[in-house]
Amino acid sequence: MKRQYIIYTAALAMFLHKAQAQETVYPAPAQQKPVYLTNATIHVGNGQVISNGTIAFDKGKIIAVGSNVSAAANATVYDLKGQHVYPGVIAPESNLGLVEFESVRATKDEREVGEINPSVRSLIAYNTDSKVINTLRSNGILLASVTPTGGIISGTSSVVQLDAWNWEDAAYKADNALHLFLPRLVSVGSASNDPFKNSLAQVESVRSFFREAKAYLAEPKHTATNLKYEAMRRLFSKEQKLFIHAELEKEMLLAIDFAKEFNVDVVIVGGADSWRITDLLKANNIAVILTQPHSLPLMQDDDVDQPYKTAAQLQKAGVLFCLSNEGFWQQRNLGFEAGTAATYGLTKEEALTAVTWNAAKILGIDQQTGTLETGKDANIAVSAGDMLDMKSSVITQAFIQGREVNLDNKQKQLYERYKKKYGLK
Amino acid sequence: MKKAFEKPGLVLPSRGLTYALKRHRSQLLLAALLLAGTQAGAQVTFPTNGISEPKEGCYAFTHATIVKDPQTTVTDATLVIRDGKIVDLGPGAAIPKDAVVVDCKGKYIYPSFVDIYSSYGLGEAKRGGGSWNAAPQFLSNTKGAYGWNQSIKSEVNAVSLFNTDAAKAASLRGAGFGTVLTHQQDGIARGTATLVTLADDRENNVIIREKAASAFSFDKGTSTQNYPNSLMGTVALLRQTFLDGQWYKSRPAKEGVNLSLQAWNDNLQLPQLFAVNDKWDAVRADKIGDEFGVQFIIKGGGNEYQRIAEITATKAAYILPLNFPAAIDLEDPTDARFVALADMKHWEMAPSEPGAFEKANIPFALTAADLKDVKQFLANVRKAIEYGLSEQKALEALTKTPATLIKAYDKVGSLEPGKLANFLIASGPVFKENTILLQNWVQGNKYQLKSEGWNDVRGTYSINLSNGQAYTIEVKGAADKPQVSLLQKDTLSGKIDISDNLINMVLPLSKGSNNGLRLSGIIGQDKWMGTAADSAGNSLRWTAMLTRPFQQKSDSTKKIAAAEIGQLLFPFNGYGWDKLPQQQDLLIRNATVWTNEKDGKLENTDVLVKGGKIAQIGKNLSAGNARVIDGTGKHLSAGIIDEHSHIAISKGVNESSQSVTAEVRIADVVNPEDVNIYRQLSGGVTASHLLHGSANAIGGQSQLIKLRWGQSAEELKVAGTDGFIKFALGENVKQSNWGDRNTVRFPQTRMGVEQVYMDAFTRARDYEKQGAGKRRDLELDALVEILNSKRFITCHSYVQSEINMLMHVADTFHFHVNTFTHILEGYKVADKMKAHGAGAGTFADWWAYKMEVQDAIPQNAGIMHEVGVVTAINSDDAEMARRLNQEAAKSIKYAGVSEEDALKMVTLNPARLLHVDSRMGSIKVGKDADLVLWSNEPLSIYAKAEKTIVDGIVEFDREYDLQLRQRIAAERSRLTAKLLNEKKKGTPVEKASYRPEEIYHCEDLQGGHQHEVIQ
Repeated sequence: MKRQYIIYTAALAMFLHKAQAQETVYPAPAQQKPVYLTNATIHVGNGQVISNGTIAFDKGKIIAVGSNVSAAANATVYDLKGQHVYPGVIAPESNLGLVEFESVRATKDEREVGEINPSVRSLIAYNTDSKVINTLRSNGILLASVTPTGGIISGTSSVVQLDAWNWEDAAYKADNALHLFLPRLVSVGSASNDPFKNSLAQVESVRSFFREAKAYLAEPKHTATNLKYEAMRRLFSKEQKLFIHAELEKEMLLAIDFAKEFNVDVVIVGGADSWRITDLLKANNIAVILTQPHSLPLMQDDDVDQPYKTAAQLQKAGVLFCLSNEGFWQQRNLGFEAGTAATYGLTKEEALTAVTWNAAKILGIDQQTGTLETGKDANIAVSAGDMLDMKSSVITQAFIQGREVNLDNKQKQLYERYKKKYGLK
Repeated sequence: MKKAFEKPGLVLPSRGLTYALKRHRSQLLLAALLLAGTQAGAQVTFPTNGISEPKEGCYAFTHATIVKDPQTTVTDATLVIRDGKIVDLGPGAAIPKDAVVVDCKGKYIYPSFVDIYSSYGLGEAKRGGGSWNAAPQFLSNTKGAYGWNQSIKSEVNAVSLFNTDAAKAASLRGAGFGTVLTHQQDGIARGTATLVTLADDRENNVIIREKAASAFSFDKGTSTQNYPNSLMGTVALLRQTFLDGQWYKSRPAKEGVNLSLQAWNDNLQLPQLFAVNDKWDAVRADKIGDEFGVQFIIKGGGNEYQRIAEITATKAAYILPLNFPAAIDLEDPTDARFVALADMKHWEMAPSEPGAFEKANIPFALTAADLKDVKQFLANVRKAIEYGLSEQKALEALTKTPATLIKAYDKVGSLEPGKLANFLIASGPVFKENTILLQNWVQGNKYQLKSEGWNDVRGTYSINLSNGQAYTIEVKGAADKPQVSLLQKDTLSGKIDISDNLINMVLPLSKGSNNGLRLSGIIGQDKWMGTAADSAGNSLRWTAMLTRPFQQKSDSTKKIAAAEIGQLLFPFNGYGWDKLPQQQDLLIRNATVWTNEKDGKLENTDVLVKGGKIAQIGKNLSAGNARVIDGTGKHLSAGIIDEHSHIAISKGVNESSQSVTAEVRIADVVNPEDVNIYRQLSGGVTASHLLHGSANAIGGQSQLIKLRWGQSAEELKVAGTDGFIKFALGENVKQSNWGDRNTVRFPQTRMGVEQVYMDAFTRARDYEKQGAGKRRDLELDALVEILNSKRFITCHSYVQSEINMLMHVADTFHFHVNTFTHILEGYKVADKMKAHGAGAGTFADWWAYKMEVQDAIPQNAGIMHEVGVVTAINSDDAEMARRLNQEAAKSIKYAGVSEEDALKMVTLNPARLLHVDSRMGSIKVGKDADLVLWSNEPLSIYAKAEKTIVDGIVEFDREYDLQLRQRIAAERSRLTAKLLNEKKKGTPVEKASYRPEEIYHCEDLQGGHQHEVIQ
């Protein structure tokens, strides 16, 4: 059964995009008429599953979801019998579009010079023509938050949708978060100069910067404008969140303290050891982006499956969290990070929520997306089988803001090219 | 000359006199000649500055308890020395008339200790040669007719560099040492060591054997040369140098004079020391020695007790350091998290090392090397005794054994006539806690270590005052720090102070009184006497007579019960076994069996395992004595074989210093303690092909291991399989991403890579044709094996041009490229690979991490498979290896490969690529019982390996794993309490810190792998 769909998808891809280069994979035009996806298993993203359901969207917005939705006369209807419909997966932490080849310096635009750069914005460097983007879309990843790195305060990330002509089109939520990379608070080896103290000094320098910025912003008039302080305005007014990259307990405690001292919305990015302080995170209302679900345990004594089950521990404690993956091309495996979390303690729907709705909440876009609910953007992935399991996950269709996106990519094109060479079907 | 005069301990006349006397050298010579008439041996070339003062230094030490050697103790005996040597010893030894008699009543005399691992007089151990970003250096920088490699310093002779060092000598003497074997601790071959005493004398006089041993290590020290930059390169260099030494004996014409090799050969006559820092390195060093008929004396690292069976098997003698790890400060619970249980356990168990060696009957000496403060030495010997070492063995390890090991027992190491007068005078048995080392005599020279305590005044005395008053006092405490108390109705403590034989005391005559009786006097031969003042200031006379001698409480050293120090684990890791598992017969009942054979997938099937092999496959099999494992609802597959792995490798995966390093062998550096072995078992991996990295066109030889958790490196290796070697192409080899300094090494282009191969194989072919007497070249030997299809290539490769090129090179030389690994553009040349007979081991979906992977596609494996290339999916990554079943499943997703074929990509196909498919890779009667019981379909992301079986041994069991977690927690909590208590007691503690594990990939320089949280 599943194999049929694979063949169907491949054939469809060939039919639609025969002999096209990546450069002719065009961003889709705005939704022209209503679309109805029927007879599908609909995973709403909030835990709800509708079998044999229909989802309808028009002008980019979801207009109906349920088991008793009948299609309008002028609508495009897809019969998705046996297939699954999901909210588009959101990559909450990525350098997508800022890097094309990790080892080639000229293709890297993620790391600016300097320790404190709050005014640096990733959005304007986001390359919508990166060949990587299409390989994410074709795995159901439809939105991504693009983060600058480098220094302690690296700048602001923006959420982009992955089917755009340029970064302005792509912007889904501009400058949604300011990123603070805490230095590692651990002594390593028997180093004579304690890196721990050095780290604390860096933290203090950031605190000072925050205090100065707050003071500066309290006074409306300045003879000299300080762009770095100005860049903090949206953070203090809570239009922007503070994403603190922290892994270890002491770092996360500092992050919690930052939230309190500066009255800002803090999200922990990383959270390798978040399972150790789930109660504190919950009590302080701190959300977590787990960046490495597929990683080795931090310490040799740790449970061998610790990184796999951290998600379930956070879920159980009621901490708001989402799953991530590091890098850019790696984001296409985000669904499988969720799959692993489902193997190690989450239900499949909770795992799905961890890469959709929860990500939307954390990024501050849950009013527009993250679930398949009426009124939200039609950001939808259709899979022939269970999207969280690589052995059955084959994305057959995807929609961003109601626009059916082209699922072709450079890799599929190369596949076709060499199938042709060898006469393979 | 000048220097000798400035040595402390020598009579130093005024400088003016020195010059005056120099003019009268003839007179001095005359004096010397006169002396020579009686004793020719007393002649020296050195002029005396001042009045010559010939003396024979004859002393008799009487009434002593003399421990001649660990087995022989004589009491009330006399030791007679003359001219720095022992002349007589025993209860009846005659006291020469010219002897100065030293009464040693109550004292113990021991041979001074011998330390045969020292750098005394040669400076500290040196390391850290090359700077990190220096341009590559291909040949030695040592000036002169020496060898090609800067870390082979066989020509260095410690005797030529040796300078006495008064401060160091004094501190070593203070710890009881009289003789040390010292060498320059720099390099892999460190040249010869010289045996010297710790006397403060001219170098000429303290050297007792110029070349007493030859020394080695795995540390290249100050060498700035690139090669070797890995442990396996170091081993290869040692092996090649042994061969080169043999070859050099024929004085090959083209080599010319090679003083390093000459010295290497000369030094082979000597005892051979090899310094390591770890138990497995000890086994490695011994193995190299075995290959060349050399038995090394191994200076250990202090953790050898963890693998005493393997250490025993080396049949080596050991030199054990006593730098026991410091207690760790665990007061901060979050920092405590970063301390591994293994480190806590090592802290607890390390002092048991010498005792463990004694118990296993392994010969060993002790060394003060590696100690931060040599003052700690005796305390640590005592600690080792608490932890199980016998006192007799301790003494042997400090005297007879080290002396015997370096063939110097005729000179030092016991007290016998004719040996050097190197001995210790102690207040009691040397290893008792309260014993004081009073004097250390070296070559007949007295070195006072402590003057207090020589006169042991402890006992009960009656004091008589000239006013008729009488008191009884008791002197007790330590001999060097006595305490006094006045015995009456209320015992009152007073003060006593002894300097030389002058004494003063203050005795409070009543409770709470500030000024009592003050006494000052002399300790005479029979009684104490002197002047006193009472509280009123009246001057009195006093005497004190001993009424009862001090009774030494039997001072038996406390012993720590074995139960108190926890348990060994195999390997020494939280997840180690407390007892190595035994093979047992197993019946896996009623599972879905993925055979990988023509039977395909068998539902509700039993698999019987006997003697580590698959014995039967069928329904309703009888269990017999086999342990039954219920497989209902579960799936059984062959164990996953990771064809490209870098786990379990010690100290470097790349010998990246040269473009061709075919001589290095992963086999030399397998690390059986890597926790990733256990972690990968938890992901169903049963065998891993350990590869050299991809820095060189021709890298090192590979090693196939099975994940036999807890076994030694040798036992991990899969025996009787074909040898493989790693090749590499592209960016890594041409150093594209190594930074601007690395633009020197050939090749820097893909064009050059081809020429490296053409050159290497041409050299190999020519080499093979050379007749007898050729220099055996380990690099070319490996290449000849390739030419003769006795060794097989796994080649790191990305783009089609280079893949094609290597196949052409192979065709030219009539061999086949066995496997292309990574092979991300394999899909472009799959037809050519098939025609050539090459297989592929690839990643499922990696790309974009560097330029040469821009055309990588996740359909690659599928295309190659469809075209008919034997295709495996592999990891190159310790984390991903735990999910290889999922990586294989991506071929279903991207290229529509069938589930059974996808499973083969991580089981049977790698077995085929490794030429072990007759033994592994499928579930077939007669094959190795390497099996995984999955909770779900093996290619599903929802599948967990519940049991992983290797050779019929359940190496990983998810239920047992839960027990291990509890054991780790309990053991951590026990040790945490113990360490906290240690801090509370005031023991110095070290900060808790994170110790990184060794994790390697091919692509370390380019990224692609997940970042480690703590770097």
